[in-house]
Order: sequence, then structure tokens, then C-alpha cells
Amino acid sequence: MSSEQKKVMMEVKNINLRFGGVIAIQDVSFDIQEGEIRAIIGPNGAGKSSMLNVINGFYHPQEGEIWFRGEKRPSMEPYEVAKTGIARTFQNIALFKGMTTIENVMTGRQLQMNKNFFWQLFRYGPAIEEEVMHRKRCEEIIDFLEINHIRKSPVGSLPYGLQKRVELARALAMEPDLLLLDEPMAGMNVEEKQDMSRFIIDVNEEFGTTIALIEHDMAVVMDLADRVVVLDYGKMLADGTPKEVQSNQAVIDAYLGVAH
Amino acid sequence: MDLLTGIFITPFAEMIGLPDLFFQALWDGFVSGTLYGLIALGFVLIFKASGVFNFAQPILVVLAALALISFYKMGVPAWISVVLVLIMFYGLAWLIERLILRKLVNTDGNILFMSTVALSFIIIGAAQWIFGGRPSSMIHKELGIPTGSFEWPMFGGGVYFDLLDISAAVVAVILIVCLGLFFSRTKIGRGLRAVADDHQAALSVGISLNQIWVIVWFVAGVVALVTGIFWGARSDVSFALQIIGFKALPVLIIGGFTSVPGAIVGGLMIGIGEKIFEIYWGPLLGSGVEGWFAYFIALGFLLFKPQGLFGDKIIERV
Repeated sequence: MSSEQKKVMMEVKNINLRFGGVIAIQDVSFDIQEGEIRAIIGPNGAGKSSMLNVINGFYHPQEGEIWFRGEKRPSMEPYEVAKTGIARTFQNIALFKGMTTIENVMTGRQLQMNKNFFWQLFRYGPAIEEEVMHRKRCEEIIDFLEINHIRKSPVGSLPYGLQKRVELARALAMEPDLLLLDEPMAGMNVEEKQDMSRFIIDVNEEFGTTIALIEHDMAVVMDLADRVVVLDYGKMLADGTPKEVQSNQAVIDAYLGVAH
Repeated sequence: MDLLTGIFITPFAEMIGLPDLFFQALWDGFVSGTLYGLIALGFVLIFKASGVFNFAQPILVVLAALALISFYKMGVPAWISVVLVLIMFYGLAWLIERLILRKLVNTDGNILFMSTVALSFIIIGAAQWIFGGRPSSMIHKELGIPTGSFEWPMFGGGVYFDLLDISAAVVAVILIVCLGLFFSRTKIGRGLRAVADDHQAALSVGISLNQIWVIVWFVAGVVALVTGIFWGARSDVSFALQIIGFKALPVLIIGGFTSVPGAIVGGLMIGIGEKIFEIYWGPLLGSGVEGWFAYFIALGFLLFKPQGLFGDKIIERV
């Protein structure tokens, strides 16, 4: 994607997050532009996941503001954040283990289901149309992510790489404006990583979904991301295009490890 | 030798020799079994959604029954009283979520469990203060539940069927079918299953835990009310009724703490099993077999199949 002037979708300003005496995030500010793939990188314990959890509403920072679509966002719970069009996946995979793939993906439609309770109960009238419509959309997403063959499998028994894909499918079923991916390629082999990268790019290009992702693997990030934020020990090291960040001395030091 | 005959031959000879008696035992066991299953169901619902063994479930049964009778005695028509009890339970569910669950979310299971123990004694105290401690009789006749019995001739003898028991079984089946549909088809039901599986994931797709908890405690209250009506109709309604509630414990161990069908199947196994065992093997072991049989079976399950028949197998990867 070119670096033409884009609309800012989300802006985090001077975020400070502490757990007791431990400082997880210290004075971090950056923005996410509409339609871009934004990466957050950094060594272990840099505060990347904490940052995602702040955006997602799992953590509430002691100081700082979050602006979303031009408005300052009040303190929100994660389920309220989901209603504003933000979906996410988790580093350690949080799927509904007792359900099948399709059932998991259907939970992503939870917010869009609003037909009468009794019609749903007896599967009658408008509830059928609604069910069919959502089901169809979910099947499309399942097709898109090439997990058709495991539609009816209980997700608990699936291999790790496929579970990650089901989780992505569930997030996509929410048709989010902003998609947060916490280490979408962690623990995958090279081939799985390539597949996942391709899906992320496709989602971004075909659905126009804005994506913010955390990733460890520098090479992957450099290929995927439009812009990169680098965190280290909860502080911001750099912010810019992959090229700019790569040549930043502070980043090189953090990644290669110099004597502090 | 006599002992072996007593264990392995005589009981079966009696079953074949007097089939009507055997069917009577089966039916009686089935009826207690559905009621055990209903109580267990209340536990399962809350355990699934919030991962806590709700010690207060048996007292909710008593509370529902007592409140129903009191409303009726105050001159409210029987069915309106049922509605009032349901409204009261919704309020209670809301209060419990606000005052207890919301504060204790993400704490250790033992802490949540202890909070339900506390809740249970608070409810006992409040209920005694409001309703008094005297036993009263259930208003099932006023609710239009048929009573009386009839005899069905069978194998030269006859089996007695209580209309009340038949109604209990029918209502239990309807309730279970409705809950099944509720869980699999409605938005709230699906949300509930999602919450039961993974809190974080549920939140991330926009499900409010607080709302789900209120609903699940309310549904557990509905189950408690149904249980209270039918248990109360068979004996009197008093605080002693809650002892029966803990019969649900072995049922849960057998059926699995997280399974709705497990609660029912476990209930039936215990109900029928203890009745048959009491009648045919009881004389060998002295009376009172009914009291410990359920726990004996449950212990066996704990040793050999700790997740129960339908429970989720917990596999920790090392």
C-alpha cells in the first residue's frame, strides 16, 4: 500500500499501564490508519500484548487516551469494544473447545443476531431467514480461509495451525473494521506461516479490514506491514515504515542485544 | 454359600418371579431419578457458566417453594404466584451477579464456592425471618397438577402409578427439551455455551459475562422452582428439603459436572439403582441402603472415571 495520506482510525495517546509496581507500558502513543496493516513488534515482555489488551478493553490503562473514529473512547469492557467493530485473536488461542469449527465461527455472528427469542427457540419465521443468512456468511469465510474440510470437527482436536485459522475465521465473522491479531504465526512452521501471511494480506485487500498485529518474526513483519511500532521494556523505540524501522539504531540494538 | 446365593441368585429369581414388583421398583426409581436429575440440572447450569459449584442451589429449591406458598397464602392466585416467584428470582439473580459474581470474577474457584456457601446461609436466615420455620404444604392441587393414583394390571399383579409422579416426569422432560433447544438455538443459549467454554473468547465476540450470569442464575432459579413444586408435593415444604438437594452431588459425579444430559442420566441411574438395590440386596446389608448407595457408586466413578459419563475430559498438556 502506498504512503498516501490516510484517515486515522485509531489513536492511542500517552498510554501508561502498571500492574502494582510493574510498569507494562510507559507513555506509548501511535495511530492506526484506515486500511493499513500495522505491526507492533518488540522483544519478549516489551508490552505488545498488553497494548493489544488495552485497545481491546481487557486492560484499562492508568493514564492515556484512546481515540477511535475521531472520538475519545470512554473506558470500555471487552464486550463493549467488540460492539464498536473491533475483533481480535489471542496469542494462546481462545477457542470454544466444546464446539465445532462452524459453531465457533457462528459465535462471531452473535452480535448481529437480534430476532425474537421465541422464534429462535422454535426455529420459526424470521429466525430461520436470519440463521440461514448468517450461516451463509460464515460458510463463505470458512471457504475463504480454506478450512472447509474441518467444518464439523470439534476444534479441540485440531492441530495448532488450523486452530489459529479457525480463530481468525471467528474474528472475521464479526466483520470488524479493526482486526487485532496477537502473534498470528506463533508456533507455526514455514509453510503455515506463508499461508497465514497470505490470508492476512487477502483479508486486508479484499475486505478492506484494518489490521493491527503483533509478531515476533522480523522477516514476516517486514513483508506484511505497512507501518511498524517497536516497543521495548514498555517504551516506544521507533515508529515508521519497515525500512525506516529496520535501519533504526535503537531497534537494531534491542533486537541484537547490546550491553545495557 | 448362603451369602453368594443371596447376592447372585435370589434377587434375580425374585425379579423374574414377581415381575410386577420389579416394575413397580423401576417406576418408583425412575420418578425419584427425574427429581434428582432436576436438582442436579440446577447445579450443572451454574457450573457450566461460571465454573462454580453452587452450594446455594438446594436452598434455592426451598426458597422457591416457600415463596410460592406464601404468595398463595397472601391471596394471590396460584399461577400468578408462580409468576411472582419467577420475578423474584430474576431480581435475586441480578443481585447475586451485582454483589458477588462481578466482584469475584477471575478469582479462585474455592473463593467463589465459599461465597455460595455464605449465600446459602444468608438465604436460610432471610427465608426463616420472612416465611417462618414451620413446614407447610405445597399448593400443587391449586396449580392444577393432578393427584391420585391408578393401578395398571401387569403380569397377574399390578403396578401403581401416582398421577403426581407422572406429571413430575412429564414436566421434567418438557423442561429438559426446552433447555436443550434454548442452549442450541437461541442467541442467549449460544452465548451461554460460549461463556462456559472460554471467558476471554466470549468477551472478544461481544458477549457480556454479566448478562449471561444473570440469565443462568435465573434459569437455575426456574429449575429450582419446578423441583421445589414436585419435591414439596411429595413431602412437606421445610428447610429439611435442602438435604435432598445434596443427593445431586453423587448424580453430578456420575453424570459429569458440565453435562445437561449427564445430570438426567446420572439422576436416573441413582434413582433406579438405589431403589432396586434397596429392595433386592437391602435385606442382606441391613436397612438404609438407600442412604449410602449413591455415594458408593459415586466413589467408584471418582476412582475410575473422574470426569463422569458425559463430563469434559480435562487433559493438561505437560
